[in-house]
Amino acid sequence: MSDTFLQDAPPAPTAAPEWFVTAQRDAAKRFESLPMPSRRDESWRFSNLKALDPLDFTQARPVVQELAEQLLADSVGFEAALATLVFANDRLIAKRADEHLATQGVIWLPLEEALNTHSELVHRHFMRSESSVGTPKLLAHHQASVRAGTFLYVPQGVRLSAPLQAVHWAAGSGQAIFPHTLIVAEEGSAVTFVDWFKSSGEGRNMACGVNDLHVGPDATVHYVSVQEWNRQTAAQQSNTTAIAHGGSAINLGLHLGGVFARSESVSRLNGSGARSEMLAATVADGAQEFDQRTLQDHRSPDTWSDLLYKNALYDTAKTIVSGLIRVEPQAHHTDAYQKVRNLVLSAEAEANSLPGLEILADQVRCSHGATTGEINPEELFYMQARGISEKDAYRLITFGFLNEVLERLPDEALREKLQQTLRARLQGH
Amino acid sequence: MSLVIHNLHARVAGGQEILRGLNLEVQKGSVHAIMGPNGSGKSTLSKVISGHPDYEVTSGEVLLDGVDVLAMEPDARARAGLFLAFQYPVEIPGVSNANFIRAALQARLKDGEELDAVDYYGDLYKEMDKLEIPRTFTSRSVNEGFSGGEKKRNEVLQMAMLKPAYAILDETDSGLDIDALKVVAAGVNALRSPSVGMLVITHYQRLLDYIAPDVVHVLVGGRIVRSAGPELAYELESKGYDWIKETLTEDAHAVELASV
Ligand SMILES: Nc1ncnc2c1ncn2[C@@H]1O[C@H](COP(=O)(O)OP(=O)(O)O)[C@@H](O)[C@H]1O
Ligand SMILES: [Mg+2]
Repeated sequence: MSDTFLQDAPPAPTAAPEWFVTAQRDAAKRFESLPMPSRRDESWRFSNLKALDPLDFTQARPVVQELAEQLLADSVGFEAALATLVFANDRLIAKRADEHLATQGVIWLPLEEALNTHSELVHRHFMRSESSVGTPKLLAHHQASVRAGTFLYVPQGVRLSAPLQAVHWAAGSGQAIFPHTLIVAEEGSAVTFVDWFKSSGEGRNMACGVNDLHVGPDATVHYVSVQEWNRQTAAQQSNTTAIAHGGSAINLGLHLGGVFARSESVSRLNGSGARSEMLAATVADGAQEFDQRTLQDHRSPDTWSDLLYKNALYDTAKTIVSGLIRVEPQAHHTDAYQKVRNLVLSAEAEANSLPGLEILADQVRCSHGATTGEINPEELFYMQARGISEKDAYRLITFGFLNEVLERLPDEALREKLQQTLRARLQGH
Repeated sequence: MSLVIHNLHARVAGGQEILRGLNLEVQKGSVHAIMGPNGSGKSTLSKVISGHPDYEVTSGEVLLDGVDVLAMEPDARARAGLFLAFQYPVEIPGVSNANFIRAALQARLKDGEELDAVDYYGDLYKEMDKLEIPRTFTSRSVNEGFSGGEKKRNEVLQMAMLKPAYAILDETDSGLDIDALKVVAAGVNALRSPSVGMLVITHYQRLLDYIAPDVVHVLVGGRIVRSAGPELAYELESKGYDWIKETLTEDAHAVELASV
């Protein structure tokens, strides 16, 4: 390992603002004092807490120049992105941006830099949205340890034509990284952003990430995360999306990697007319476990949310989707939908769905449902009748099943990239 | 060179016999029609030939240019040159029509060979234009949300792209209005050639006005009970299937008397 890492980790971001340093110190104390959740807690039922034990990992050390260069070369991501940040073990290793971004007033910075240059702006939004589907312990862990990520601020009315992206690499073993993404989209703006999570090598690491999206009035944010950690990595990703009146958000997760991966996603429809689509496509094979917890929180009238989570399960893989729709008393005329679909390709795989509804308003349209099924034999025969082998037909039908989620993303070129990634992931099956 | 069906008996696994000693030979270059009342076993025949797993062949054989296809998996049969245009085409969510047909063509290539994408789309668009299928259908999921007529046209499109040696068209006319029927028939006729044998299954004579068959067979109760030239279709149309059934009972009666 010694040739993979620099000997001494540089200290935490120098000259971080006072508020940040204090918050980190407080978070560290909270992390120490809070208990780990237990499976008796509602939002941790069926979960695998052992996989996420923070004590098994130490804060990641930076990689050597040579590895950084190699990772950079491997950081394909989305070729047509307007801007790219690449991190390895929570250190920025590359930054590239279309020059027009700055002239439009877009702030696109590594979090560690934004803390210095836009302290006030970051402070106003940094970890302000509480997540109620996870545990304060791991959020405190993140806040105490975070040192890298993306800060993206899109000013009023600026509508970006192509996606921006960040690539987060985890290298080594026994290392913990804390990727952070903070997006603030002001009134009437539009932006699409992709986080790519990748591993270098096969070491057992931990990722404890947070992404918070602030969607202003009539703004549009499409957030995509592509999780391709190696098959030893334990991951915990906490997302919150706060949507002001007339704003709309899509949050799409393509979950492919990790040994245990938990993703928590909370959509808060704060203003009237706010819209949220929560989408996830998961390929689970081997002994992988995916634990997904969601909340659709309707706090204003005339809001709309639609969740579609699909899991394809092979081997002895396990998935959990636990989703709650909450319609608060004032949120009349709410439409809230939740669909969980499991495609089970092995008798030993286990798909758990735990839907929930909490409706406190009138005139609400809500539906939720979870189904678990196998490959439809008529689809299989139809494909075989065209000459497609059984194995290829299985793969194609599975692709189609998950692709229905990707099809919901309007950004065509990015969607094609995701389809490629999914196709490659299914190649072995 | 022909598709030979010899003394074919088949049933739904464990159930009653549906095909009860069916004989048929379709030569390459010819078009045979099968007509028959609902429930007579027409779709069952098409599915048994294609290898649908619901059916069990209890005896008989199906030979494709002399090769026994009953021992083959359905996909191998298709690659050997068999094509079935489904009476009820299946919807495949999330798989685009273009990708589906491409996968079917790719399956016919040797390992390591790749379909040329530009040529492929060129061919696909050409055939789609002939069938008056809008370009947008390439990116739509296979058959999903297609109207009845669109589904049938899509079957003929696949047939045009896959260029089978023997094609079975199961009620490709059902659910089509007259304009759509003409388009589909023109598509099928364009594929008629000395190197293709076709078995056109239909309930109505109407289709045969547009796809002129060389031979017409009548299927009743799991057997071919009459075979004749195209005039048989008209006779059936005017006299109805009951006529055939009556002559059959007479025949059966005659046979019974003869055997006494
Ligand atoms: N998969 C099946 N399961 C049960 N019965 C079937 C099945 N397929 C066909 N049958 C029965 O076999 C008979 C013939 O059906 P089919 O071949 O569909 O007739 P046709 O296409 O001539 O209308 C019918 O009585 C039908 O109910
Ligand atoms: Mg039928």
